[in-house]
Amino acid sequence: MMENVVIRTVSRLAVPFIQIFALYVIVHGASGAGGGFQGGVVFAASFILMIIAFGMPNVRRRIDNRGIMWLSVIGIAIYAGIGFLALLMGGNFLEYAAIEAALGIPHLHGILIDLVEAGIGIAVMAAMVSIIFDIAGNGEESS
Amino acid sequence: MKTKALIAVLFIGIILFWAVEDMPAFGDPEAPATQYTGQLYVDSVLPDIGIDNIVTAILASYRGFDTLGEVLVIFTAGISVALLLRRGGRL
Repeated sequence: MMENVVIRTVSRLAVPFIQIFALYVIVHGASGAGGGFQGGVVFAASFILMIIAFGMPNVRRRIDNRGIMWLSVIGIAIYAGIGFLALLMGGNFLEYAAIEAALGIPHLHGILIDLVEAGIGIAVMAAMVSIIFDIAGNGEESS
Repeated sequence: MKTKALIAVLFIGIILFWAVEDMPAFGDPEAPATQYTGQLYVDSVLPDIGIDNIVTAILASYRGFDTLGEVLVIFTAGISVALLLRRGGRL
């Protein structure tokens, strides 16, 4: 697998574009087709392509197995943190309108939805990559 | 055993095809599914939330708590796979 220069070159070119497209899908969630779940899965698919093209050890060297789990926790913390922020601002849990009313910034509701989508995307991407590592990596510990 | 399974599959399949006749036509504006809450969301997303995508508005704002649960389900799946398959060590 490692000697196939066509696969390696094409995926070296394709992976950045796939990741940019994934970020576009996440950020575009509020105004068009897209969202955190879809973008996160597309982002994780770019890591699958990297594993296919460059082999598991090469990808493992760059991505830490425990760090990716912490990334998933951070994504959920962004989502739940915005929910608790609404609680602190005197609304219900995840009531974005309360934050918008308390801070007085117009269109904050859509921005908060974008932040929530980003948190979803980070969490889904990290969970998917962790699952891929565990299933495809024969259970060995990351370096 | 195989004939029993075949009979069961055929029986359920015939019932499902029977039910297809009663479904509304594709894209029918008079269908019950598009009559009540659908129109409500189409009318109220823009004044309520101010974003263009109705699906995202329902997913992240009206049903935000539900979506938090969905993300937690995926996170739980990741942790479960790690606990079951990862050898020797910590998460």
